[in-house]
Amino acid sequence: MKRQVKNIISAALIAAMVIPMSACSSKDASKPKDTGDSGKATKTETEAEGKVLNIQCWNEEFKSRVTDHYPGYEKTGDNSGKIGDVTVNWIITPTKDNAYQNNLDKILPENANASADDKVDIFLMEADYALKYVNSDTTMALKDIGISDDDLADQFDYTKDIVKDSNGAIKGASWQACSAGMIYNREAAKAVLGTDDPAKVQEAVSDWDKFNETAAKAKEKGYKITSTVNDTYRVYSNNVSAPWVTDNKVVVDANIKKWVDDSKKLVDAGETTTADLWSDDWSKGFFPEGKVFCYFGPAWLINFSMHADEDGSIANHGGWGYCNGPQSFYWGGTWIAAATGTDNPTLVKDIILKMTTDQTVLKDIATKDSDCVNSKTVLSDLANDSKFGNKILGGQNPYKELEAGAEKVDMSNISNYDQGCNEEFQAAMKNYFDGNASYEDALSQFNTAIVEKYPDLTTD
Amino acid sequence: MIDERDIQDKDINLGAPNKGAASVRVRRIVAYIVLILLSILCLVWFYILFINATRSNGDLSRGFRAYPSDRLFVNLNNLFHGTLPVARGMLNSLIIAALSAVLTTYFSTMTAYAIHAYRFKCRKAIFVFILAVMMVPTQVSALGFQQMCHNMGLENSYIPLVLPSVAAPVVFFYLKQYMDSNLPGELLEAARMDGAGEIGIFNIVVVPMMKPAIAVQAIFAFVGSWNNYFMPSLLLHKDEMKTLPILIAQLRAADWLKFDMGQVYAMIAFSIFPVIIVYLILSRYIVGGVTAGSVKG
Amino acid sequence: MSRKLSHTQRVNRWGYIFLIPFLLAFVIFQLIPLISTIYNSFFENYMSGLTHIGPTFVGLENYKKLLSGGELLQYTKNTMIMWILGFVPQILISLLLAAWFTDPSLRLKGQRFFKTVIYLPNLIMASAFAMLFFTLFSNVGPVNSILVSTGILRHHFEFMSHVGSVRGLVALMNFLMWFGNTTILLMAGMMGIDTSLFEAAEVDGATAGQIFRKITLPLLKPIFVYVLITSLIGGLQMFDVPQILTNGTGDPMRSSMTLIMWLNKHLYNRNYGLAGALSVLLLIITGILSLIVFKATAAEEVD
Repeated sequence: MKRQVKNIISAALIAAMVIPMSACSSKDASKPKDTGDSGKATKTETEAEGKVLNIQCWNEEFKSRVTDHYPGYEKTGDNSGKIGDVTVNWIITPTKDNAYQNNLDKILPENANASADDKVDIFLMEADYALKYVNSDTTMALKDIGISDDDLADQFDYTKDIVKDSNGAIKGASWQACSAGMIYNREAAKAVLGTDDPAKVQEAVSDWDKFNETAAKAKEKGYKITSTVNDTYRVYSNNVSAPWVTDNKVVVDANIKKWVDDSKKLVDAGETTTADLWSDDWSKGFFPEGKVFCYFGPAWLINFSMHADEDGSIANHGGWGYCNGPQSFYWGGTWIAAATGTDNPTLVKDIILKMTTDQTVLKDIATKDSDCVNSKTVLSDLANDSKFGNKILGGQNPYKELEAGAEKVDMSNISNYDQGCNEEFQAAMKNYFDGNASYEDALSQFNTAIVEKYPDLTTD
Repeated sequence: MIDERDIQDKDINLGAPNKGAASVRVRRIVAYIVLILLSILCLVWFYILFINATRSNGDLSRGFRAYPSDRLFVNLNNLFHGTLPVARGMLNSLIIAALSAVLTTYFSTMTAYAIHAYRFKCRKAIFVFILAVMMVPTQVSALGFQQMCHNMGLENSYIPLVLPSVAAPVVFFYLKQYMDSNLPGELLEAARMDGAGEIGIFNIVVVPMMKPAIAVQAIFAFVGSWNNYFMPSLLLHKDEMKTLPILIAQLRAADWLKFDMGQVYAMIAFSIFPVIIVYLILSRYIVGGVTAGSVKG
Repeated sequence: MSRKLSHTQRVNRWGYIFLIPFLLAFVIFQLIPLISTIYNSFFENYMSGLTHIGPTFVGLENYKKLLSGGELLQYTKNTMIMWILGFVPQILISLLLAAWFTDPSLRLKGQRFFKTVIYLPNLIMASAFAMLFFTLFSNVGPVNSILVSTGILRHHFEFMSHVGSVRGLVALMNFLMWFGNTTILLMAGMMGIDTSLFEAAEVDGATAGQIFRKITLPLLKPIFVYVLITSLIGGLQMFDVPQILTNGTGDPMRSSMTLIMWLNKHLYNRNYGLAGALSVLLLIITGILSLIVFKATAAEEVD
């Protein structure tokens, strides 16, 4: 026993010696930013630019857009290409378990010090966490690489709000405008409302009260109004009157509270469920026997997720209709950002401009990849072109609604903390909907989860 | 070592009347029923996996189905002609898992042997210390570890995924326990008398005697490393270094246009194959009874 | 125990040499990160977005924060309940199988097949396994449709919305993934037992139960201790199954949140301070529990 004690003591002594050393090194590692700042100013004046363009992303979407649509891009391998004499590397890190953001968090702050061929030049981000990078020095303002606000004039405002830092500088751009609306089952609409005409259906769901009345009628005909309460969450949360966080305090907005109250009533009445998005219980409504009245989503959901190629699905026989629904919202999209420290600012500028503002390129993307593109002009062209009737929607051309919806989306009330707040809130409220907790208890679990996630925030 | 005299001392009911074949038959039937049920419970997953790998993305969204569809080759074809370096990923997984399994069993045997066979100062303290290390949750040091690898330039390398397995307290503990009941000191002494060196005794006498235990831990280590996502996903970013779990995660994160659960299931099924083969090879040492029967204490 | 061999000091020095690889790998890859973990537990040190807050020395503040809410106790309880739910059937089945496989009077056919099959579920990645579980237990899944069509239930049962069923599913998945592992460990231990012992006992007329209790169990003891301790430690470190099944929430109302899931929440957000303190607390809890088991079963193992 004594010998053990002695051993423990000597281990502690070693530990005491190692601690100061490791403390120093961790401090060094956490503060490479100063150099990053000084690098930024000089790097924008282009002298000789780098020979390697590194692009950080989490899937192959942007890669295939650039491969197909960027003039002069030449594919040399599965994840590499050439633009002129510059080599392009696509570095893919999956999103699972936050691996993509973990990787960015580690390399972006050190980017200015990285060797020329390892520097990140472009990275992609999603709306949910974009502000985390936008509100830091790791992302360059588009102005600083020579893209003016005028260049972006044809883009929808909400796509710019999402990447605006606290000083109003735009730090990214997207080629997509994922304006979304209500995708309804035409057969169900006929049964419940006696019509499947988009304008008439819209009238029956034009605000939440009407929507909930329709839900009750749908139940009588054996339809659930939505597959799950989580379908409508984005619609409510995109229309809040204040951000999730002001002065480091988390506040549940009235419209989000309204989602809770409305949803609880729907669940208790058996008019919807609490399943997770993308689960089997959610997607069952893509087929007639699933008996779901509507989904909420953008063009990509219609085109790629509703299983149009599957015999017997509603999409397969064009059985869906599209209208704007109770409130406008968006869902999805990928933003392109320039990493501070890039040694290819001219090329980065050209890629962002071509891919997100060039109308020929955007129209090409819309036609070939069915993306709802981020250009007012192109979308209204498409809306007036009968060629763009959508088979899944029974020939309806949704672009007019999509464009109108995108105009109305207002994302000025976003905060750095949205991803965590939205995820945790939905998770916590499931307990309330399922009857496992009162609203107060579910709310206090949300508060606990938020402080765990963001220790710098306070809650009520 | 448990002394055999103990057993003889115990009051084994000598000459108990043979309860007859009937009770044995009943017990045998019960045993078969339980074993068959458990086997079904174990194999049904592979069946569903196979079924799902033969289905299309749209078909899968309709939920479970008990019979296969006809898309297996389409799914596999899409997988191999997609942009994911699947074959390379399998090679990486094989190299990392095999090296981990070899290193962890060989060096843990060595460590266990050091504690088991030699009497030196601090021996007991080191044993207790290693057991204490076993209790440290692996997640605890993950971030520090990643930072360290980054600073040492060990990203996109096999080293940080393979070398740490040299120090595996759990494997050590098992081998140590196994030695306690299966490695008689007399044997080592005899080898020493024959003039064998210490390293020679370890490699020629000890390691072969530990085969069943080593095979067990080699399986566990191989499977653990093969299925590991967390650490590799933090350290491997270059395509040519990625392992299968990373590629599966990448496939599941595919964009809307390319998202295809049929392919995901096909890839999971594909990536299970090699582990099953390695398992079948190694498990022969355990289930087949390949023991070092010649040297029973 | 009974090794009274006359080793010279020179020979015993080889003990140190054989320990070198372990210690080297351990110090580099585990001790240094661990020490920095402990060191961090006394600091406020976290990331807010990309901004690093701290490190500021706060003494025992992190520990106070963790111990003041009832969470630590609650999650320890959750963890132990789910572990016991899975471990009890696991050890019972494994022992039963081990007994059957070694029972000379049963002479089971197809032993090789059964012995091989039971470990197979462990070969599937936990995340893939969970995907299959979701398919089976969803509202529209086959388990529900069987229950409803046989009239056991009137309506489908939402497995992921009830405390008992979530914990039960976690236990079931853990059981399926690990009972083969335990059986293999026990069997490997049994390979070391001289079969002539069984034959002799059988000739003497011992019943299967007696042979198992009097011969197999005592000889299995060291391996059994190993299984118990590693399973306890593994149980306390239970993470991936409940994490994936509940999507990291541990719901309903965190009734299936385990200690490591809680730790993971802090790590995920890079809260080095709180994560460090929680790790130290975990270490203490694990240490105490393991010590109890160890003292109760194997006090005299190393002499």
